[in-house]
Amino acid sequence: MMDSNYLMEVSGVGKAYSRYRSEWHRIASWFLPVSPSQETWILRHINFSVRPGEALGVVGQNGAGKSTLLKMITGTLAPSEGQITVRGRIAAILELGMGFNPEFSGRHNARYTASLMGFDAEQIDAMMPKVEAFAEIGDYFDKPVRTYSSGMQMRVAFAVATAERPDILIVDEALSVGDSYFQHKSYDRIREFQAQGTSLLLVSHDPSLVQGLCDRAVLIERGAIIKDGPPGDVMDYYNALIAEKENSAVEVRTLEDGKSQTISGTGEARISQVGLFNQQGQPVEYVRVDQEVELQARVTINTNLRSLVFGYLIKDRLGQSVFGTNTWHQDQVIEDAQEGELIDYRIQFPVKLGPGSYSISLSVHADDSHVSANYHWWDHAVVFDVVNEQHPYFIGVCHLPATISCTRQPQ
Amino acid sequence: MLGLMRGIWSYRQFIVDSVRNDFANRFARSRFGFIWMVAQPLAMVLVYALILSEILAARLPGIENQYAYAIYLSAGFLAWTLFFELLTRSLTLFIDNANLIKKMRFPRIALPIIVVGTGLINNVILFIAILGVFAALGHMGGLELLWLAPMMLLTAMLALGFGLVLGVLNVFIRDVGQFVTIVLQFLFWLTPIVYPLVIVPDEYRHLLQYNPLFPIVSAYQDILVYGQAPVISSLWPTLILALGLLLAGLMLFRKASPEMSDAL
Repeated sequence: MMDSNYLMEVSGVGKAYSRYRSEWHRIASWFLPVSPSQETWILRHINFSVRPGEALGVVGQNGAGKSTLLKMITGTLAPSEGQITVRGRIAAILELGMGFNPEFSGRHNARYTASLMGFDAEQIDAMMPKVEAFAEIGDYFDKPVRTYSSGMQMRVAFAVATAERPDILIVDEALSVGDSYFQHKSYDRIREFQAQGTSLLLVSHDPSLVQGLCDRAVLIERGAIIKDGPPGDVMDYYNALIAEKENSAVEVRTLEDGKSQTISGTGEARISQVGLFNQQGQPVEYVRVDQEVELQARVTINTNLRSLVFGYLIKDRLGQSVFGTNTWHQDQVIEDAQEGELIDYRIQFPVKLGPGSYSISLSVHADDSHVSANYHWWDHAVVFDVVNEQHPYFIGVCHLPATISCTRQPQ
Repeated sequence: MLGLMRGIWSYRQFIVDSVRNDFANRFARSRFGFIWMVAQPLAMVLVYALILSEILAARLPGIENQYAYAIYLSAGFLAWTLFFELLTRSLTLFIDNANLIKKMRFPRIALPIIVVGTGLINNVILFIAILGVFAALGHMGGLELLWLAPMMLLTAMLALGFGLVLGVLNVFIRDVGQFVTIVLQFLFWLTPIVYPLVIVPDEYRHLLQYNPLFPIVSAYQDILVYGQAPVISSLWPTLILALGLLLAGLMLFRKASPEMSDAL
C-alpha cells in the first residue's frame, strides 16, 4: 500500500534486457511459457520515494543506470519487476525540442508539444500566451523553427514543458544548454514550482547543481542505489568512488612508461604519483570555494640531475591559465638530485576559485621555466570541480569576497 | 480496453493535431501540395490506361463509355491506394516513431489512429479528384456512391488489422517489413484491379475467394463503374477477417508494448 505522504514511490524496481534464442521465441513468450536464453539486469532492487516539494538528486557515473531509471519513471520504459506508483502529472525536461518540426513555427510546435503532453485545445489556448511570454523570443515565435538558433529552440521547448506546474518535474543536463540568462530564469521557475509542492528529480554530474537544488540525493552504481541521504554526504561518497578509480589509473599510466600524449619530457625525472587532498588527507574531486586543499606529488629521479624544479598550473574549463608557479620562483630548487631518489611535494592552497571545472598540469624541469631541460610534463594530471556551497552566488573564475555597503541618502 | 479508450480520448488533441500536421507539412514550402496528394495515383491510372486500354477495354462488359477502362482502373485504384497506404504505413509505424516512443510518454495506440485518420482523408481527397475526372469523361454517379463510405471503412479495418499485426512483428523481426512489401506486389496483380475478372481463366477463378481484397475491389467497381450497390453477402468473410485481425493486432500490441521501447 502506498503511503499517502508520497508523491512517487519506487518499490523493488528492476530492469532487465532479455535475449531469446530468436525473436520468434520472444513473440511466443507473450502467449506461452517461454523463458529467455539470457537476462541482463541494468537495474535491480531500486527503492525510494519522493514527498511533495522534495528535490531528489540522482547521481552516478555514466552507464550506472540513471537514464534507464528515469525512463521507467516517465513511463517510456516498462520495469521488468517491481512497481512505480506516481500520483499526479510528470513532466520531463529530458528531450527538449523533441519532435519539433523545422518547417512549423514555434507557436505551432509549442501547441503540438502541448498536445503530446495530453492537453486539450482549451488548455493549450490558455497556456500559449504564457509560453510566448516566458520564451522571450519576440517575433521569432511565429517563424519556422528552422530559422531558430539552438538556444531559441530550447527556450520554446522549456517554456512549453513547464507552462503548467507538474506534480513531478524531471530535469537533466539538458538545461545546461542555452544562455545563462535563460538558465537562471529556468531555475527560478523550477524553484518556484518546488515551493508550490512540485517534486523535483534532478539527474546531473554537476555537484553544485545537486547541492544547490536538492535536499536529498541517491547514488546509483552498477544498477543499484548504494547511497541515499543528504546531497553533501552523497557527493562526498561519489567523490571517493571516483578517486578510487583515478588513483588506479595513475598507476597504470606510470607502468606504461608515459606513452600517453599528454605526458612528455626527457624522462630524467618523472612525476610518479599525484593527487588532490582535503585537510583530512582524503582525495577530493569536488572542492568548495575557499576550501584548503593540498596537491601532493611524488617525483622519481631516474638519473643524476644538477637541478630540479617542480611547477604546476591550474587551468579553467576553457584551458585558460588561472594560476601557476614553480619551486624556482619559491626558492626551493633541489640541487644535485641523485638517481633513485624520491622527492615529495606538498602544495597547500585555498581554492579561491569560482564554481566550475578546473585541471592542474604539472611539470618537472631544470630552470625557471620548462622550456629548457624539460624532464616531465603532464597535462590535466588532476581534474577537480569547484562548488559554491557557503557563499552568496557569484560568477567568474576567482573568488573575491565582497563587502558591499549601500546607503540610502536622505532626500 | 477501457484504459485504451480513455487514453485515446485524453490525447484526442494530439491525434487531431498530428493528422493536421501531416497535411500542413506537405503544404509547407510546396506550391502545389494539394496536387501532389492525388497526382501519384492518378498518374498510375493514366499510365495503365494509355498502355493497356487497347488490349483490355474490349473485355469490359456492361459499360458503354469509351473511357470505360480508365473508369474501371480508377475504381480499383481507389480501393488499392487506401489499403496499400494504410498497410505500408502501419508496417513501419512503430519504427518510424521510435524516437517519440522512446522519449515521450503517451498512449501509443494513438499512432495507428493517426495513420488511419490521414489515410482516410487522403483517400477522400483522391475520391473527389476521381469524381472530377469521371465527370470530365462523362460518367456520373448517383446515390449508390454513398456505399463507398462503409467500403472505405471496411478497407481501412482490413489494412489496419494486417498492419497492426505485421507492424508489431516488424519491430522485433525486421524481415517482416521486407517480406510484406514483396507480398503486396503479388497481391496487387492477384486482385482484378488492372485487368477485368473475365480474363481470369475459369479454372483459377475460384482461387480469388481466398483473396480478402477481391470482394472489396469488386464492390468499389460495382459502385463506381456499374452504379450498383455491392453484393453484401460476398463481403462477410472479409469483414470477419478484418475484425479478427484487429483483435489479434490489439492483443499483440498490448503484449508487445512493454518490450517495444527496448527493441526500438
